[in-house]
Amino acid sequence: MDFNDTPEEAAFRAEARAWLDANAKLRGPDDAPADVLGERAGDKIIKAAQAWQKKKADAGWACLTWPKEYGGRGATAIQSVIWNQEEARYNTPPNIFGIGLGMCGPTILTHGTAKQKEQWIPQLLSGEKIWCQLFSEPAAGSDLAGLRSTAVRDGKDWIVNGQKIWTTGAHFCHWGILVVRHDATVAKHSGLTYFVVDMHAKGIEVRPITQINGGQGFNEVFFTDVRIPDANRLSEIGNGWAVALTTLMNERASIGGGGGGSVSDLIKLARRVQIGGRPAIEDNAVRQQIARFYTRNKGVKMTGSRTLSALSQGKTPGPESSLGKLVGAKNAQEMAAFAIELQGTSGMLNDPVETSGLAEWQARYLAIPGLRIAGGTDEILRNIISERVLRLPPESRADKGMAFKDIPTGPPSR
Amino acid sequence: MNFDFSDDQKLLQQTARDFLEEHSPLAVCREILESDQPYKKELWRGAAEMGWQGAVIPEEYGGAGFGHLELAMIAEEIGRALAPIPFGPSVYFFTEAILRAGTDAQKKKYLPSLANGDAIGTFALAEKPGQNDVEAVAAKVSAGKLSGTKMPVIDGDIATLAVVAANGDKGLSLYVVDLTGKGVTRKPLQSFDPSRSMAQIDFDDAPAELLGQEGHGAELTARLLDRAAVLTAFEQLGAAQACFDGTKEFTLGRYAFGRPVASFQAIKHRLADMWCELELARSNAYYGAWALSGYEPELGVAACIARIQASEALNLLSEEMIQMHGGVGYTWEYDCHLFYRRAKVLAALLGSPAAWKDKLVDRIEAGDSD
Repeated sequence: MDFNDTPEEAAFRAEARAWLDANAKLRGPDDAPADVLGERAGDKIIKAAQAWQKKKADAGWACLTWPKEYGGRGATAIQSVIWNQEEARYNTPPNIFGIGLGMCGPTILTHGTAKQKEQWIPQLLSGEKIWCQLFSEPAAGSDLAGLRSTAVRDGKDWIVNGQKIWTTGAHFCHWGILVVRHDATVAKHSGLTYFVVDMHAKGIEVRPITQINGGQGFNEVFFTDVRIPDANRLSEIGNGWAVALTTLMNERASIGGGGGGSVSDLIKLARRVQIGGRPAIEDNAVRQQIARFYTRNKGVKMTGSRTLSALSQGKTPGPESSLGKLVGAKNAQEMAAFAIELQGTSGMLNDPVETSGLAEWQARYLAIPGLRIAGGTDEILRNIISERVLRLPPESRADKGMAFKDIPTGPPSR
Repeated sequence: MNFDFSDDQKLLQQTARDFLEEHSPLAVCREILESDQPYKKELWRGAAEMGWQGAVIPEEYGGAGFGHLELAMIAEEIGRALAPIPFGPSVYFFTEAILRAGTDAQKKKYLPSLANGDAIGTFALAEKPGQNDVEAVAAKVSAGKLSGTKMPVIDGDIATLAVVAANGDKGLSLYVVDLTGKGVTRKPLQSFDPSRSMAQIDFDDAPAELLGQEGHGAELTARLLDRAAVLTAFEQLGAAQACFDGTKEFTLGRYAFGRPVASFQAIKHRLADMWCELELARSNAYYGAWALSGYEPELGVAACIARIQASEALNLLSEEMIQMHGGVGYTWEYDCHLFYRRAKVLAALLGSPAAWKDKLVDRIEAGDSD
């Protein structure tokens, strides 16, 4: 039992570090964090991110696990993790290619024709084209297969109408992956087809969504008579759900529980504020909470180490990795709530200038609810754990076997 | 990265599981719980023949010469079986104390009989209800004679040897005391988990042999508790896994409203949460085992998080086990209460989880760990 790299892993790490040393600077304490959840990326950030991605692609560091023939490195999963660990130490531009590289690319590589791969993969990998995901709808979130946007065949094209939501980066993306309903007379999973859509096509309108923290990382995307060539269809007509599952499995592998603040920051706060005239850190009730947060954070981290060990041994981690986000995001929310409580009446403030060192917790508290929803809500993760890890019976479904058009719906949401 | 047990270690675990499934089904735990016997003697003997009591004792002292990772695997299985034997106090605490702090002479004197199961060791720190800080110790040693009262002492009625915390001329120190010798009066106490026995021990000028440096009892106790905490966490982990497996099996087999109870989201989601708590406990226990196997600088923090999460997981799972069994879970006849009882004994044994949380924050602050 040890936490060390194998000799092969250590050699790979050294190789990665050597390239990074030559091409980037280490991230300093004052550099902006790489994670920009909820921020609306502007032109400057996008150009910088594209330049960095191009540099990596030219040197073979863009998509490590992809086959070499598509510009990847043919690397193992653990090598990819090692690369990510190393890259995170450097002050690189925010990663705006996560959806394209983490989800769209693997889906195209799995289900695309040779021609489709040739058309999309090289520019995706080099960062020249940026991709987004058009899955969720106002009436189809956790029950994604209940989506209602339609595609109607018209000669060599399809005409798409409807609305998508929670589309990260839709305002600057070139391509999107899209699941729509081509047949409402069959059961809901059977009537879906999967397309790649040009985000600049006529009839697409992108509107930003303002989150509870004021950020605008997401968009609504409206489709009005949008024409998509049949050549942009991925896999067969009616096979959309199977293709979507490929995408979603890659999504769960790429969303973590980060962004929650550290226990050492919480301890700094507890030393700074007082309870009963003494530093709060001396108060036993405070200590009990801090110990609990630390124990759970460390538990998530050590569970991650067990997953990495499995990867290192060439195994494929499965739905067990849902634990990290489920436990991590909730723990992060409780930590931020506790930090606000420690501030006493100043907990009412959210003033980064006047209460510097405190308001970061308010910002986190406003960002974290998104973590508990994105990429599988806490409730969906519990379904995944109970059904796919523990093998408990599936939910009974009121819409099972019904034609989609006959499935009851609630009143329209706003 | 290889944060896992080796194939050989897992094989040893499987051997332990097979042995305990044959010799220590829950009926054996129940037998001790319902009888006046303090522990299952045949099982204790059988474990000694398997080499378990001497797992980490070097071969020159009659042990098997394994490492702590191997002992952790055995501990997990002992926990899973709720084995009614004085294993933890004797192996995780007393034996560790002799190995870590004993002189060569003490090792020669005690280790062989601990390894072959002839001797049963325990530890006597607490004296009264409440958090048992070392500052609260009133027992005294003067001219090699111990006086004072210790309660509760786990296995205090059956152990032949104890490590006792008492104040000597130079302050708090640890002593080895022969519990079968003069000056020792034992009184059995009723245990919350009668498959594990408890006693009060009165010492009246009992001969006491210094263990480790005089006046350094507080530091030594803390070190020994850390080691015992990691190994006990594996017992808790094994018991928690058994709670989980039993609850899952029961809810899958029990039907209500025309469906297995385990198909209701109200149960499925709680089972998912229980599984998460169990996995966190497993991960933290592994971290503790890693630290115990030779990475001492991290043992202080690792022991705390292993103990805290294992205690909380077993508490939760044993409570949910009864709840999810419904009415039958509350009967004497079903085994749920065996886990419910053992959970509380294991959580209290080395000091409460609240005390370990306080200790954890001290250690995070001292190390500036993230």
